[in-house]
Amino acid sequence: MFSTKIKKIALLTLTAACLGLTGCATQKAAPMYNWDSYEAEVYTYFKGDDTSAQEQLATLEKNLQEAEQKGQELPPGYRAHMGLLYASTGQMDQFKQALEAEKQHFPESTSFMNFLLNNFAKLQNEGQK
Amino acid sequence: MMRAIQVKTIAALAAAFTLVGCATTQQPEFDYTAYKESNPKSILVLPPTNESPEVIATYGVLSQVTHPLAEAGYYVLPVAVVDEVFKQNGLTHPNEMHDAPTAKLQEIFGADAALFINITQYGTSYKVVDSATEVSVEGTLIDLHTGQKLWSGSARASSAENRGQSSGLGILIAALANQIIDTASDRGFDIAGIATWRMLSPTKKNGILYGPRSSQYEATP
Repeated sequence: MFSTKIKKIALLTLTAACLGLTGCATQKAAPMYNWDSYEAEVYTYFKGDDTSAQEQLATLEKNLQEAEQKGQELPPGYRAHMGLLYASTGQMDQFKQALEAEKQHFPESTSFMNFLLNNFAKLQNEGQK
Repeated sequence: MMRAIQVKTIAALAAAFTLVGCATTQQPEFDYTAYKESNPKSILVLPPTNESPEVIATYGVLSQVTHPLAEAGYYVLPVAVVDEVFKQNGLTHPNEMHDAPTAKLQEIFGADAALFINITQYGTSYKVVDSATEVSVEGTLIDLHTGQKLWSGSARASSAENRGQSSGLGILIAALANQIIDTASDRGFDIAGIATWRMLSPTKKNGILYGPRSSQYEATP
């Protein structure tokens, strides 16, 4: 019924339309970091419910081990957040180690981590609520 | 004659589909000059100010900003630690934190840029036709060295987006049930996550740029 020429034009315009639509689809790259526990634990920390700092640390420690086993990176701030929890429970060696690890993995954090290391006494006192 | 009309119709329809498929509101292109010149590697996210009646809104949003920013290629300062440092410096309320001088923020936190977020909506409200949990956020990115604004954007998410339509009394009952379920299950947190992702997506029009850690980062020559 339709000539070959018309079919060809129709096909081209429809293809163009399809490309126009799919051009809006975003490519989902593989995530750079392991996000299993971090956000939920940060929220738990802020909510200040019954979950103790030690329980929060246990969850974060477990996630850390799992990420290491899988060869996955931990998010920015993850180790420093653990450091905060260590400071609040008086575990000052682990606090320092956590911040040093944060610096090592994320040199952009150096200035802030050094600020915290120099002022840890305040963090320790404040954390003990 | 008929053939010509048919071809034109197909072409017109195709063009219409192409436009509709990429539907966005007519927004002017954002001027990224300052943003590219600043080229921030690290971002300090301040606890968001909150216009909603939900006290937890600030922390519901704050807990979820690291994810999109980090995946976009930025170092994000640990949000809980940042909050703690503000408090120890006598700034307990986000409004006070947002008023801190940028020079002071740069001195303490050592970040290249700071993201100021304001929550305009957060929570579940009962509406006659449907209850929905809604979160609306707006954000501004500031260079901490110069105080210059680099970017601003906003986003909204609602639990009503994917709800099916029923009719009659079913709608009223569903609305009340939804409000109860959403409030009880802290739906605000889930919806806040969606809103935050939308606001901080580098793939949307006028969105943030990819940061240096991202494989899709475009270095300015």
